[in-house]
Amino acid sequence: MERARSDGRTLLIGANDNDNDKVSGLGERMTGTAAIELKNINKSFGPVHANKNIDLVVKKGSIHGIIGENGAGKSTLMSILYGFYQADNGDILVDGKKVTIPDSKAAIAMGIGMVHQHFMLVDNFSVLENVVLGAEDSAMLAGGLSRARTELKRLEEEYELRVDPDTLIQDLPVGLQQRVEILKALYRSAEVLILDEPTGVLTPAEADHLFKILEVLKNEGKTVLLITHKLREIMAATDTVSVMRRGEMVATVATADTSMAQLAELMVGRSVLLRVDKKPAEPKAPVLEVDNLTVTDSRGVQVVKDVSFNVRAGEIVGIAGVSGNGQSELMETLAGIRRATRGSMKINGETIDMGSSTLDAADMRAKNMGHVPEDRHRMGLINSFSEYENSILGYHRDPAYSNGLFLDLGAIKKNAVGEIEKYDIRPPNPMLKTASFSGGNQQKIVLAREIERDPEVLLVGQPTRGVDIGAIEFIHRRIVELRDAGKGILLVSVELDEIRALSDRVLIMFDGKIVGERGENADEGELGLLMAGVEDKKNAVEGDAR
Amino acid sequence: MTAGQLPRWVDLGLIPFLNLAAAFLVSGLVVLLIGENPLNAVYYLLLGSVGSVEGFGYTLFYATNFIFTGLAVAVAFHAGLFNIGGEGQAYIGGLGVAFACLALDQYVPWYVTLPFAVVGSAIMGAAWALIPGWLQAARGSHVVITTIMFNFIAAALMGYLLNSVMKKPGSMQLETRTFEDGGRLPFLNDIFPSAGFGFAPVNLSLFIALIACGLVWLLIWRTKLGFEIRSFGANATAAVYAGISPVRITVITMLISGGLAGMMAINEIMGSQHRLLTDFVTGYGFVGIAVALMGRAHPVGIILAAILFGMLYQGGAELSFEMPSITRDMIIVIQGLVILFAGALEYMFRPALIRMFAPSRPVSA
Repeated sequence: MERARSDGRTLLIGANDNDNDKVSGLGERMTGTAAIELKNINKSFGPVHANKNIDLVVKKGSIHGIIGENGAGKSTLMSILYGFYQADNGDILVDGKKVTIPDSKAAIAMGIGMVHQHFMLVDNFSVLENVVLGAEDSAMLAGGLSRARTELKRLEEEYELRVDPDTLIQDLPVGLQQRVEILKALYRSAEVLILDEPTGVLTPAEADHLFKILEVLKNEGKTVLLITHKLREIMAATDTVSVMRRGEMVATVATADTSMAQLAELMVGRSVLLRVDKKPAEPKAPVLEVDNLTVTDSRGVQVVKDVSFNVRAGEIVGIAGVSGNGQSELMETLAGIRRATRGSMKINGETIDMGSSTLDAADMRAKNMGHVPEDRHRMGLINSFSEYENSILGYHRDPAYSNGLFLDLGAIKKNAVGEIEKYDIRPPNPMLKTASFSGGNQQKIVLAREIERDPEVLLVGQPTRGVDIGAIEFIHRRIVELRDAGKGILLVSVELDEIRALSDRVLIMFDGKIVGERGENADEGELGLLMAGVEDKKNAVEGDAR
Repeated sequence: MTAGQLPRWVDLGLIPFLNLAAAFLVSGLVVLLIGENPLNAVYYLLLGSVGSVEGFGYTLFYATNFIFTGLAVAVAFHAGLFNIGGEGQAYIGGLGVAFACLALDQYVPWYVTLPFAVVGSAIMGAAWALIPGWLQAARGSHVVITTIMFNFIAAALMGYLLNSVMKKPGSMQLETRTFEDGGRLPFLNDIFPSAGFGFAPVNLSLFIALIACGLVWLLIWRTKLGFEIRSFGANATAAVYAGISPVRITVITMLISGGLAGMMAINEIMGSQHRLLTDFVTGYGFVGIAVALMGRAHPVGIILAAILFGMLYQGGAELSFEMPSITRDMIIVIQGLVILFAGALEYMFRPALIRMFAPSRPVSA
């Protein structure tokens, strides 16, 4: 670590006096002093009390997990620490000194770095350019770049974070993009690294590799704050874990002294079912048959390659795969949003030539196909609309909700109120803007809309992304109920646990192809390998660094 | 899009008021700089625009134009389209009015001509918006660019038509013959002789404009088409997911928008000038953008903003008459400041207000 400090520090924007203080503080890391201390932090957004009297001590040189449901206040707390928000009251201590963090620039100067859930990278810049971006030390790039290259090389070696500095971000797999984000933080002399839901986009193997990196960082004296809602990761990677629930810090325990079940209970305040309770499927005739479907995206790249499968009435077919392996495009094509190059699809006995089809999403709905899209913010909902308006999105032409040219607001609101009751959507107010609902309730709005139209086939993408555990249970139960009512369900999820819990059959997608099919109780490790492109596991995980 | 962070009265009341106040404050400084008393200027401006029934009649006449062009911009706005071509669409809309009037005015009374003029102006305005709309929908050519270009094409086309095709024989003016009574809308002074509108050109078109406001409200908030337009404007991806065709909505919205802009010509041509002439639009199309922005793309807001700009037009003319050192150009500067603050800098005070109103208040959870 001392070696790391002695060279090249001065060329970093982030390296100021403050930073040097921390260098001297490093020696104390083994004695367990606090890198970060939060005292009595409060933050409200209007009527929502997002953080209530939060106390938190993060030991220097440790991996500290913060777990909680979505909406528990984790992100708000980290945003306060990273200067995006100001706390209403309370103190922040960095290295024992009381500080105010007005913006992220100040946070960086104090040695706090953040790896966001959604990467903040410029796709058509190289790794090197991305690392330097915002921390250029002179008006002319060339000199700074070459110095940065040396520094980057040193960081890569020290932390085993190998990435070719001249590759463009767009050519890197997500696992490596994340590595660039970590390098960015280290380049700015981060001593405390906050990772916000870092594994959402990674394969299990990539996630394991990330945890190894975190371990190295820890051994080099860095402090890591890992924000997640996945219990497995907390158990696998952290030394200490703090649990947040509804804006409060309910417990901080040593990871070794706790269990997944205990943490889950702390998170939701009651014991929860991690498995879905369902009877064996009783599949009948196929309701959806897909043959040789090939989809090419706007860049001319084949994203779905010659895919064939079927979904029978009364079963849930899960598509497992790491995000970005063609599942999204497959779903969008089936839903009529995206055009296929060739292939066919048979729904309820009617064959559609997908290569020449001009059917849009409305036509597919008319064929009794429901669609819960993967991304409810981008696609499933219009956030500026009221709940009741979203409750008919896509079904607004249905005669049940209209009188000739006009919308039948009475019928629409009545239906919305019914769905709100049935799906326990809170707050129960159809006039409220959709943006004001929590993630779980937004997802329930989408789910209610699609399921209540009684589709024969339901496409479900990431049904519980960003949804709290209580709502996950509810959503899973609804999907299983629909199956038991004899409908065919095609499920896409990057959460392997979810795929395994819900699916009666699992298809594994990798690189646009279906590379395997497994039954109900598929082995997690095996699925993981298939998702990573089975034949060459090592290559998919580490070899792609070059 | 970020609406909802602020209380409604702040969003719809306080922000426009602050914008206006800022505009007048800066205008006042300009007036002060040229050595005049700003308060006097305000006095004459108000006196001229609302101080007499006749003056108010002029204000309403200008407001009628602004309502049409403001609605045109607003409808496109709901679909996320920025129609800057109101100027050209209104100009071409004049052709529709002129065709109807020139064809019918000698044979039938005005109320028979009127429906043809309304439909004609709307069709011509819509036609002028069709090509930019279609180019945007099918080819991705941005409507901001194409509608601006179409303003120039409209000017050139009208110049040619008035010069070579439609000109009154034997005249040096670029204008058609004057319409007979069958091509003239009644002035409000004819309808309400005792109200005292005098020579103010405000005419029956005002009511057509108000009806258009009602219809636009119905369209946007009560019809399936309006739902699709708003869906597409708020989140185009979600609209496609909902089976709404972007091409269809873009073209239809631009047609409606262009049609509304075209109808402005009813007020000018059939209501006041009684002949088709060059350059009768003179900026109303552009000011419509500011009207729509200030009126929050809502018909009620547009009526209020249109009256405000009507006051500036009329009061400004009065002001330059009463205070000769404040020239016509100065009035344009003041109008420009209002447009600047109400339009371009619409959100200038927003962040500060959000800090004032939205921040965490201690609330019982």
